[in-house]
Amino acid sequence: MIKAILIFNNHGKPRLSKFYEHYNEDTEQQIIRETFHLVSKRDENVCNFLEGGMLIGGSDYKLIYRHYATLYFVFCVDSSESELGILDLIQVFVETLDKCFENVCELDLIFHVDKVHHILAEMVMGGMVLETNMNEIITQVDAQNKMEKSEAGIAGAPARAVSAVKNMNLPEMPRNINIGDISIKVPNLPSFK
Amino acid sequence: MPAVSKGDGMRGLAVFISDIRNCKSKEAEVKRINKELANIRSKFKGDKALDGYSKKKYVCKLLFIFLLGHDIDFGHMEAVNLLSSNKYTEKQIGYLFISVLVNSNSDLIRLINNAIRNDLASRNPTFMNLALHCIANVGSREMAEAFVSDIPRILVAGETMDSVKQSAALCLLRLNRTSPDLVPMGEWTARVVHLLNDQHLGVVTAATSLITTLAQKSPEDFKTSVVLAVARLSRIVTSAAIDLQDYTYYFVAAPWLSVKLLRLLQCYPPPEDAALRSRLTECLETILNKVQEPPKSKKVQHSNAKNAVLFEAIALIIHHDSEPNLLVRACNQLGQFLQHRETNLRYLALESMCLLASSEFSHEAVKTHIETVINALKTERDVSVRQRAVDLLYAMCDRSNSKQIVAEMLSYLETADYSIREEIVLKVAILAEKYAVDYTWYVDTILNLIRIAGDYVSEEVWYRVIQIVINRDDVQGYAAKTVFEALQAPACHENLVKVGGYILGEFGNLIAGDPRSSPLVQFNLLHSKFHLCSVPTRALLLSAYIKFINLFPEVKGTIQDVLRSDSQLRNADVELQQRAVEYLRLSCIASTDILATVLEEMPPFPERESSILAKLKKKKGSSKLPDLDDVRRSVNGSTDHAENTEATETVSAHSFTDKLNLNSTPSSGPSLLVDVFSDVSSPAATDMSEEHFPRFVCKNNGVIYENQLLQIGLKSEYRQNLGRMYVFYGNKTSTQFLSFSSAVTSSDILKTQLTVHAKTVDPMIEGGAQVQQILNIECLSDFSDAPVLSIQFRYGGTLQNIAVKLPVMLNKFFQPTEMTSQDFFQRWKQLGAPRQEVQKIFKAQHQMDSDVAKAKLLGFGVALLDGVDPNPANFVGAGIVHSKTTQVGCLLRLEPNTQAQMYRLTLRTSKDSVSQRLCELLSDQF
Repeated sequence: MIKAILIFNNHGKPRLSKFYEHYNEDTEQQIIRETFHLVSKRDENVCNFLEGGMLIGGSDYKLIYRHYATLYFVFCVDSSESELGILDLIQVFVETLDKCFENVCELDLIFHVDKVHHILAEMVMGGMVLETNMNEIITQVDAQNKMEKSEAGIAGAPARAVSAVKNMNLPEMPRNINIGDISIKVPNLPSFK
Repeated sequence: MPAVSKGDGMRGLAVFISDIRNCKSKEAEVKRINKELANIRSKFKGDKALDGYSKKKYVCKLLFIFLLGHDIDFGHMEAVNLLSSNKYTEKQIGYLFISVLVNSNSDLIRLINNAIRNDLASRNPTFMNLALHCIANVGSREMAEAFVSDIPRILVAGETMDSVKQSAALCLLRLNRTSPDLVPMGEWTARVVHLLNDQHLGVVTAATSLITTLAQKSPEDFKTSVVLAVARLSRIVTSAAIDLQDYTYYFVAAPWLSVKLLRLLQCYPPPEDAALRSRLTECLETILNKVQEPPKSKKVQHSNAKNAVLFEAIALIIHHDSEPNLLVRACNQLGQFLQHRETNLRYLALESMCLLASSEFSHEAVKTHIETVINALKTERDVSVRQRAVDLLYAMCDRSNSKQIVAEMLSYLETADYSIREEIVLKVAILAEKYAVDYTWYVDTILNLIRIAGDYVSEEVWYRVIQIVINRDDVQGYAAKTVFEALQAPACHENLVKVGGYILGEFGNLIAGDPRSSPLVQFNLLHSKFHLCSVPTRALLLSAYIKFINLFPEVKGTIQDVLRSDSQLRNADVELQQRAVEYLRLSCIASTDILATVLEEMPPFPERESSILAKLKKKKGSSKLPDLDDVRRSVNGSTDHAENTEATETVSAHSFTDKLNLNSTPSSGPSLLVDVFSDVSSPAATDMSEEHFPRFVCKNNGVIYENQLLQIGLKSEYRQNLGRMYVFYGNKTSTQFLSFSSAVTSSDILKTQLTVHAKTVDPMIEGGAQVQQILNIECLSDFSDAPVLSIQFRYGGTLQNIAVKLPVMLNKFFQPTEMTSQDFFQRWKQLGAPRQEVQKIFKAQHQMDSDVAKAKLLGFGVALLDGVDPNPANFVGAGIVHSKTTQVGCLLRLEPNTQAQMYRLTLRTSKDSVSQRLCELLSDQF
């Protein structure tokens, strides 16, 4: 079973956290910090598995992660999951995000937290893998969007707001992201990092 | 077209997020967030007619704020309202909010359940899916109770859509995880098994997950699934990839489903039916063959998916452990991976090989890879991989290679990561003992362990070396000589001083003939370490000295002088002082004969009882840690021993046995190491009160009181000796409460221990509204009573009086404390006075789940210390209770015994009333 799915950037800022077991808010934040601490100090090209931190349950749990450009995708799982299977699932997740957002980047996750949650919900449910077929997932997400559009009507938000914001001069951005190449670039990955 | 067009975001949300990102400081961020929270709150409260878009926007903002680590304490009601909307967008965002922010014991569950019930009955697949997702994500018991009978029906109904079936299967699986007792078995089980034949691979995958879990619960009911699983697997493995269309992942046919099917088959023994069995063997062979084929893609995803299936197939082969041919092939395959350039594969190969090593068919084959594994230990850059290499070396060790493996582990220990040193020490100690042909090697190994990693050598390890030396007279002379030499080093670890003191005290005479180690030299050597040692070691050394007086009458005078010195006779530590006084008197008045009897050499330690214990542990099924049995045995062995000698010896309570600090009274220090099974006999279970009060011992938020009119919710936070509690009074009726007042009262004693200051509340609560009251709490000294919240209001003309015991308990003022194993034991021993310790053995009230227990202990307020207790099933925690006047350190240990369904809780604090109260509070929670 998947206990938690965490996405944070290279600086440890959480971009998505989904816990399939209940913790209080403080513990959740501590788990994110602990996990970041464990994962970020690892070199590139070491293996993608490590034992979970204290808070998440120690060596009974594994952290399986991938590092894409500015983001870490970390799944905390128990022994009933296949390590390589989860690694592939992360890839499917990222590829799906990439398809849904067209060259997904960190900012997409920030500004569309709800969408990311919805996409994830199509893949993982209550800590169990629901669907692994990317086309199926995207079909579902498309269907949701159609429904949203048909309901939104005139109330829909001004179209360019987000893209305008994206290009605003954000002090944090240059440090995080090379603007010329902000996308996570999934399809061309030579090998996972 | 991208599925999410980038332009349809919400402007208000985007602006808010960029505001936050522009904040220069944490303070500015908090300020901005508070402003936004106030804004949203007023929007929710005021204008009732928010449109769907605004609600969605505000909920998204709350989600973002939550993600940043801020507590969200409102909006739940609005989210619940969104659930009953007919619009998909609103419903969806409501469910999202609930699955992220609502915990399983929220008081809103009943309202949420209503919405879910409607959606499940709606026949709209989208709505049904949302509802099923919500049940799975929250997974609470109340939800399980409400829906567990509906879900199997949805799952097997003919007209249910595929996507809903998928969700229903996983939802049922989730409920089976959280409340296994509620999931009914019944006629639906047969139909679930047939889902393995479903057209839709997504449904099959979900069903396989479900069946795997249920089959572990009742294998008989799902036995037929083996045939179907093999058939399905065979079709996937032999099919051309195109048949499976979308479920082909980077040219691998349905890898996830294959993995799941192989997992399911691991729930059962190899099929008895010969045809079926050969079909399965054929599948497994095909999977092994495929790895040798040239890859269909250079992408790492391709090999990844292929290997995921392969590793699962190998796991199944190992599980069946019946086909020597397959086992050896699996081993060869893993051997190849050991040298693969992909770190992940090396890691997994080491892990799988550990399992293979325990099979008699493949043990020898695994052993051929020893050089590669040793090399991995030396050269791998990744600590995760090195750790697996240590595990594998341990697993493949036998008599033929033990010397090499122990030597390699010892040399690795010098540079090993601190986090895994203790584990390696234990493994080396166990291997050295298990495979010792001549015990001089064993003694050398353990002394080396102490030299290299003294801090990580736990007491069990050095207890054990002493036991072995005492039980085997062929090694005693060698041991005495070796420790004597080791003690010559200018700086030696305290553990070495302990071992040295004990062994020379017993067997120093065996080397006394050599003038280089004459009695006086031995004594001077030991005594030169005395002043650098902690109190327990000094106590042990004093006992060694009295033993010397018996062994070597010629140094009697010197030793008596030492015992007589002020630093001993008037030592501030009562234990040392008492030993010095008694030993001095003993040496003066007792005749040589009496001395010789009293201070006789230790009798051998009995071993027989302990092996029964080891069996008991194995039956418990902790296959992962068979190694610890040995350590446990040693500890238990020495305890028995302490009791035995106690009975025969006539002298004081701290005879020489005491050197190991193994008083037979279970309440003292070493009882920490006494096995759980030894004395779980007195049932001390108390009935769980139905009141809500006990539920708050390990948590801070929730509903404390509810009747038809009023619901009282609490949210509280504590820092050091201060606390703040938010009390929420919710009017469940549609009419006003008038003259509402609430006050906190305390008993006279409690008033001197705890102050509670309550802010006033509005005297009127509108129908359906909620008001909040803030209580400020200060803990002055430790207390055991609880304050009472008295509420009075007028409802429809009648005066209502309600009194609620407020869950302010002593443990709320805990501050968790991290400490090392060594610190822990040292402090544990310092808190050895009889009343400082409180112990309670009680029957489990709930299912004994280690995660739940862990969460409760963390909720109780202590820090959990890993790696302190040799038994990983036990919990050890530490914390400080803060009050205005004092801070009371607290150490606790909880030992679950799943066989007997009992717990033993031991608490030590520096104040007996605190120990008592904390024990009362905590023991009711399990």
